[in-house]
Amino acid sequence: MTDRFMLTRRQLLKTSAVGAALGLASASFPLSRAFAATATVGFIYVGPKDDYGYNQAHAEGAATLKGIDGITVVEEENVPETVDVQKTMESMINLDGASLIFPTSFGYFDPHMLAMCKKFPDVQFRHCGGMWDKTKHPINAGSYFGYIGMGQYLNGVVAGHTSKTKKLGFVAAKPIPQVLLNINSFLLGARSVDPTITCQVIFTGEWSLAVKEAEATNALVDQGADVITCHVDSPKVVVETAAGRGAFVCGYHANQSPLAPEKYLTGAEWNWAKVYKMFVDDLTAGTPLPNFTRGGLADGFVKMSPLGPAVGEPARKQFDATLAEMMKGGFAVIKGPLKSNKGVVVATAGQAFVETAIELESMDYLVEGVVGSTA
Amino acid sequence: MDATEIGLWGVPLAILGGAIRVSTPFIFVSLGEAITERSGRINLGLEGTLVFGAMTAYGVAVMTNSPWLGLLAAALAGLCFGLFHGWICKFRGVNDIAIGIALMLFGSGLAFFFGKPFIKPKAPNLPAISFGGWSDIPQVQAALDVNVLFLIGAVLSVILWWAFRNTRAGLIVRVVGDSSDAARAMGLNPDTVRLLATGVGGALAGIGGAYLSLYYPGSWTERISSGQGLMAVALVIFARWNPLGCFAAALLFGGAGALGPALQSVGVTQGYYLFYAAPYILTLIIMIATSSPTRSLAGAPGELSITK
Repeated sequence: MTDRFMLTRRQLLKTSAVGAALGLASASFPLSRAFAATATVGFIYVGPKDDYGYNQAHAEGAATLKGIDGITVVEEENVPETVDVQKTMESMINLDGASLIFPTSFGYFDPHMLAMCKKFPDVQFRHCGGMWDKTKHPINAGSYFGYIGMGQYLNGVVAGHTSKTKKLGFVAAKPIPQVLLNINSFLLGARSVDPTITCQVIFTGEWSLAVKEAEATNALVDQGADVITCHVDSPKVVVETAAGRGAFVCGYHANQSPLAPEKYLTGAEWNWAKVYKMFVDDLTAGTPLPNFTRGGLADGFVKMSPLGPAVGEPARKQFDATLAEMMKGGFAVIKGPLKSNKGVVVATAGQAFVETAIELESMDYLVEGVVGSTA
Repeated sequence: MDATEIGLWGVPLAILGGAIRVSTPFIFVSLGEAITERSGRINLGLEGTLVFGAMTAYGVAVMTNSPWLGLLAAALAGLCFGLFHGWICKFRGVNDIAIGIALMLFGSGLAFFFGKPFIKPKAPNLPAISFGGWSDIPQVQAALDVNVLFLIGAVLSVILWWAFRNTRAGLIVRVVGDSSDAARAMGLNPDTVRLLATGVGGALAGIGGAYLSLYYPGSWTERISSGQGLMAVALVIFARWNPLGCFAAALLFGGAGALGPALQSVGVTQGYYLFYAAPYILTLIIMIATSSPTRSLAGAPGELSITK
């Protein structure tokens, strides 16, 4: 027990270093007060930031911060969802002086970001994906996400008008709630045009598997699907393969129309610029950052790609009308009577789940009309 | 039958199409590795060479607007990687497997570094020859769009199979691979032969990479390979160092890989993770069935560090 009160040489050095740092910090305090609006913001991506997909959407948002006075943006790409991301966060904090960090990939949250939250209580962390829970997680952590299922519903509306075979295709990564909601929304959007439409889904099992995504797209087109969309990290391969086979495509994450200008109908895109601007404004103003942020089309978190040249007049009309209705708020994609494709009732007549409904975040079913299985 | 509805016929068709589309990188990498291993060295770095070849081909094709120049550049880059491996391995006490792993990481890392600006632009693709003209079903036509590299790979595997048995060069490679001492007694320099064999193997792997980025799936992303180079190296052992076996094993892997998506597309949706494991289960079964406790691997070159 005695050694508990003894100071090792290492501890002594550590303590004095902290003391010196504190002294320095207090000495420079008046100076930093004078430039209150300076801050360094860190962004971490799981893949390359020009992947025409998930990471590009975040990087485009980050890029809009670079023009703001006093804001320095630091970024790192291709950071795996391992202890590597902890090292990246530490170096952003210690070397670049980041005071706000956005680890954007799903798998960064637990345990990596949570560990860093405990280690650096003065730094703010906001994670994309929406898993923050007041009762479980530290107060300097938080999460943000958008209701992009609405965008997939609009994709479905256009797809429903465009499809001649009445069969749509969906290349999906993993059967998690966000992906299932997108698949269901896409089909229900199409069924709002023609209730006989079906949607074939193929799960590849991984967020990024170029060859398997291409094979899945080919298999869907072989089975007669003539409008394809997807939920994978980089839709580039799916869009190019589908267009190469002569099918139409709806985009996801970012605008992929340059990849297939003739075949691209529209796409559900993230608009992270708005979200990041909001966080940074709070940071520079000195107001506490929100811990739990959500928004959809009406809030500007999600936007649609401009309609492509293949979109006909009836499709355009219904697209505009549906979008206008969504902008008013309270639009429900999942509303009764609705069954899953296994015949289980998921919404009774009169029951409706609006985009903010918490039930949607634990979705574990595919609706009637989707050909596919969650396991 | 409606031309757009092919139903269950989609499965065999997808396996056939998948075998043709997906197998080409496997063919080139495994043929290259077969040459290298026949000379008595293992080059595990071909995964890195494949990724670097994919990047080089795409980058050069974007800049020159010619996929053929891209292909050439990928082969040259692969040659350099192979020669580098062969050169380092001639020093005493150097382990070829360790160098291979180092080069695998080096090749991928270098490809990521130089490949940054090429993720976005679009490169011209290598041409395909259509063999489906006899059919009026679009799915059959699409499955039978065969890339020239696949045909070259098929011809090359026959030529190599013949050359290993019937030519002086083939004999030299085999002698060096089976016994350095015998090779030296014949007045051959094993290091030079292995240097060249590893170089040629690297060049073929580079071509395999060019197929990935310039034809199927046909774009450069950092995760384009997802381990295909490593699997192709394993295929060589599976194929017992026989070039014809390499070709067959590559087809099998390509076709089995298409099984998962194809089954889901016709509505067999349960247990797709299991179908994705099909190629590996198949490999395990064949390996177990053909192995024997009483003899060593048939056809294994005697100088390979794993069999010595």
